[in-house]
Amino acid sequence: MFEEYLNLAVKAIFVENMALTFFLGMCSFLAVSKKVETAVGLGLAVIFVLTVTVPANNLIQTHLLSEGALTWISPEFADVDLTFLNLLCFIGTIAAMVQLVEMTTDRFFPALHANLGIFLPLIAVNCAILGGSLFMVERDYDFGESVVFGLGSGIGWFLAIVALASIRERLRYSNVPHGLRGLGMTFVITGLMAFGFMAFGGIQL
Amino acid sequence: MAVKKSEAALDPLWNNNPIALQVLGICSALAVTTKMETSLVMCAAVICVLTLSNLTISLLRHQIPNSIRIIVQLTVIASLVIVTDQILKAYVYEISKQLSVFVGLIITNCIIMGRAEAFAMQNPPSLAMLDGIGNGLGYSAILMATAVLRELFGSGKLYGYSILPTVSEGGWYLPNGLMLLSPAAFFIIGGLIWAIRVWKPAQVEMDG
Repeated sequence: MFEEYLNLAVKAIFVENMALTFFLGMCSFLAVSKKVETAVGLGLAVIFVLTVTVPANNLIQTHLLSEGALTWISPEFADVDLTFLNLLCFIGTIAAMVQLVEMTTDRFFPALHANLGIFLPLIAVNCAILGGSLFMVERDYDFGESVVFGLGSGIGWFLAIVALASIRERLRYSNVPHGLRGLGMTFVITGLMAFGFMAFGGIQL
Repeated sequence: MAVKKSEAALDPLWNNNPIALQVLGICSALAVTTKMETSLVMCAAVICVLTLSNLTISLLRHQIPNSIRIIVQLTVIASLVIVTDQILKAYVYEISKQLSVFVGLIITNCIIMGRAEAFAMQNPPSLAMLDGIGNGLGYSAILMATAVLRELFGSGKLYGYSILPTVSEGGWYLPNGLMLLSPAAFFIIGGLIWAIRVWKPAQVEMDG
C-alpha cells in the first residue's frame, strides 16, 4: 500500500513531470521564472492548489458525474451520465480554490501578492492544474491515489520552476545574443531541461 | 476611444504577439504542432472560442462583480469549450481524438483568460471581438509556422502530403526524429522569437 503510493509520487514528481514531460503550465512557468523568490512563491501556490483540487475533483467525478454515480439519491438515476459536464465542474472547483489563495496571500503576504501580479488569477488557467484533474480521470485514480498524485505533480512542477529560475538568475552574467535575450533564451533552456528530464523516461517502477 | 479598431485586430499579429511577447498560450503550442492538420483544427477552435468569449465577457462586464470575476470568466469559457469539443467530436472525430485532452485544455489556454482579464473587461463588445480575432490569428501564425517546420523536417510531409520523400519510403530524406519530440518545439519557437525581435528590436528585453 505505502509502496504503491511512494511509486506514484516518484512517478508524478520525476518521470512524468508536469512541466517538463507534458509541458503543462508553461505560460506561468516561463513568465514567472525571472527570480527564484517569486518562482518559489508560485510553486508553493501550485502545490497547494493541486493537492486540494485533484482529490476534490475526484470526489465530484465519482459521486456526481460518472455514469450511474447518482444512485445514492435515488435508484432511478442509475443510467444518468453527466461526464460531459466534468470540464465545467472541475474548472469551477479550481477557480474557487484560486480565489481563496489570492485572498489569503493578499491578506497575509502582500509583497508576494504584488510580485505574482496577474499570474495569480492565471493559476486558475494554469494547464497543470486542470491537466492534473483530467489525468486523474483518465487514469482512474481512487481518492487516496489522487491525493498523492496531486501532491506529487505539484512538487514536480515546483522543482522545475525553481530550477529554471535559478538558471535564469545565473544567465544574467552571460553574453546572450541580443535578440535572443529574455523569452527566446528561456525557451531554449527549457528545451534543454526537457531533454534532461527525458532521461527519466526509461525508469520502470 | 483609447484603442483604434484596426489596432485591436492587427497589433497582436506582429507587434504584440500573444505567444512571442505576452507569453500566453504556450502549452498547446508545444503539444499539437507535430502535424499541420491537428494544428489547423486547434487554431480554428481557439479563434472561435477566443472571439466568442471576448464578446460575451465584454457584454457582461458591467454585471460581473469584481471578487468573483475569475469564476464567471471561466464558466463562460468552459461552456464555449464544451460546445466546441462536442462539435469537433461530431464532425472531425479522428482529429479530435488526436488532440485528446488539449481541446479541454483550451479552457486553460492563458490567451483566452488573459485577454478576457486584460482587454474584454475594459472595452466595448465590438472592440473586444476584434481583439479576440487578432489574438487568435497571432497565436495561429506562430502555431502554423512551428507546425510547418516540424512536419516538414520531422516526417518530410506537409499537410499529410510527401514533400521530401523519406528513406523508409524509398526516397532520399532521412527524417529528423528530434523534430517530433517536444523539446524541438521549444527550440523552434525560441528561434521564431529571435527572428521577430531582430526584425522589431523594440521588443527585446534588456534585463533578461
